[in-house]
Amino acid sequence: MAGGTASLYARGRQTGRAATRDPKWAQVLIIGLGLTFFALFLLAPLALVFTEALRKGWSAYFGALVDRDAQSAIRLTLLAAAIAVPVNLVFGIAASWLIAKHRFRGRTLLTTLIDLPFSVSPVIAGLVYVLVFSSQGWFGPWLQDNGMKVIFAVPGIVLATVFVTFPFIARELIPLMESQGTEEEEAAVVLGAGGLTTFLRVTLPNVKWGLLYGVILCNARAMGEFGAVSVVSGHIRGLTNTMPLHVEILYNEYQFSAAFAVASLLALLALLTLLIKTVVEWRVARAQREGA
Amino acid sequence: MRKFLKTAALSALLAAASAQAFAASITLLNVSYDPTREFYQDYNAHFARLWKDKTGDDVTIRQSHGGSGKQARSVIEGLEADVVTLALAYDVDALRIHGRNLLAEGWIGELADNSAPYTSTIVFLVRKGNPKGINDWGDLVKPGVEVITPNPKTSGGARWNYLAAWGYALRQPGGDEAAAKKFVGDIFRNVKVLDTGARGSTTTFVERGIGDVLLAWENEAYLAINELGPENFEIVTPSVSILAEPSVAVVDGNVDRHGTRDVATAYLTELYSPEGQEIAAKHYYRPRNPEVLAKYADSFADVELFTIDEVFGGWTRAQDEHFSDGGIFDQIYVIR
Repeated sequence: MAGGTASLYARGRQTGRAATRDPKWAQVLIIGLGLTFFALFLLAPLALVFTEALRKGWSAYFGALVDRDAQSAIRLTLLAAAIAVPVNLVFGIAASWLIAKHRFRGRTLLTTLIDLPFSVSPVIAGLVYVLVFSSQGWFGPWLQDNGMKVIFAVPGIVLATVFVTFPFIARELIPLMESQGTEEEEAAVVLGAGGLTTFLRVTLPNVKWGLLYGVILCNARAMGEFGAVSVVSGHIRGLTNTMPLHVEILYNEYQFSAAFAVASLLALLALLTLLIKTVVEWRVARAQREGA
Repeated sequence: MRKFLKTAALSALLAAASAQAFAASITLLNVSYDPTREFYQDYNAHFARLWKDKTGDDVTIRQSHGGSGKQARSVIEGLEADVVTLALAYDVDALRIHGRNLLAEGWIGELADNSAPYTSTIVFLVRKGNPKGINDWGDLVKPGVEVITPNPKTSGGARWNYLAAWGYALRQPGGDEAAAKKFVGDIFRNVKVLDTGARGSTTTFVERGIGDVLLAWENEAYLAINELGPENFEIVTPSVSILAEPSVAVVDGNVDRHGTRDVATAYLTELYSPEGQEIAAKHYYRPRNPEVLAKYADSFADVELFTIDEVFGGWTRAQDEHFSDGGIFDQIYVIR
């Protein structure tokens, strides 16, 4: 069937026909397939989350959200995101600036390393931190003797979150900066601008929309991360559980409505993120039209 | 100016110190296994009240739950538990063997009854009406019966499941090591989903509707029925099962660092008090106290129980023979 559709399109192109003039049945079929897939795999689960969350009514819904452990999970998730995003913002800008605007030894290696969190499983990321910071690991005994905790405590959760969200901003900026080249910076330097001025007045404004887009993606992942955080959390209630971990606990305690209520909050955050992303994309498109 | 700053800093320090001395608020971390969530929620509230009355101090008990073996691993790796309340003695002993000065030798004699204040056993949870006619261990190996149990490598409950089945096979006519090995292997051939913890298995069976029979802790089976409706499930008690002794211990290394030895010890000792035993019985753990047990006799089916010491010569031997890498469980689970 897929082959049939493809050859249909191929014939359409050969005879110079516009896609909109494809046979009616093909249009209906393809759009129908797309919509069915969308409804089944995206819309239905989302709707399910909200109906399950509200199954026991609004008061149960809000009760689940103001519960002490839920509040602490929400706070911890926001804290982890509030640290991970700025850290990766600074790192992402620095790394992409280095990679896109400069040529140096080990540049390819750095590019590959930035992608590492994308290519390894989050569980492995968590385990690496356990190996390094556990009381059986390299630094664990020293940390313990000095009364400090990394894993099974908030710092470990922040570390894991930073790790898995590492590439988002840099990956967004590198292609953008590379496509822009270095001419504008060179012009600025020729006109007498210093390094910092060039960076702040030329490089940064050029990538501001890409940067914002990267921040949004980074934030979404930081709040939703499960695997890596689960490994380093220790699951202490009211202390080291993030929202995704709290959802798992509630589900395992047969509190299905409460689990879906907290899940719906995560879903709402994701929808909000998508909304902001759409607005940003729209603004970018407009800026490009005006620029051209 | 400098003198003023010094005085200010000093008085601030003093104020902080004295505030701490007056309203002592203590935090304990209890690292436990999966099915004890509801029990310790109740028990913690009871103990906090008791401790407040006795000493005037506020004590907050934090909980962490998961598969017993995995939880022991976390404590060894640095999860700073003041007390552990795990599914079996072997997992607690792992703290002594692998931990960095966590637990002293002879911990099992520190508290009464092998440091197991409550016991449990392994029963079957089946779908209402028992459509596959599962009444005893022998029915689990029938073709077409789908069995749900967690993984004995990570779950304490699953190890009790496994050993209970083994003990049953030994007691059958002609029952010897080889017959038991074949019997338990046949059961695991019928296992469809192997979760890491007891709670995961319960969710698989109850929520996702997979399998015909769940091998479960007695208390976990009752909880599932109470939470999700007696109209859907029923409990089948086999002819013989194992006396499961979940062990508790004060984690020496951690309480000494936290300065919480007294309150941690009191926390575990109170489990043996009539009130503590009653809370355990309410959550379907078999109390050690005979009076409390008599009071809740209706909750617990009369079943012949054998201990791990009688049949397997203790946990260390059972662990080495059955659950170590390349042990009997690995052999029978690979053959499928």
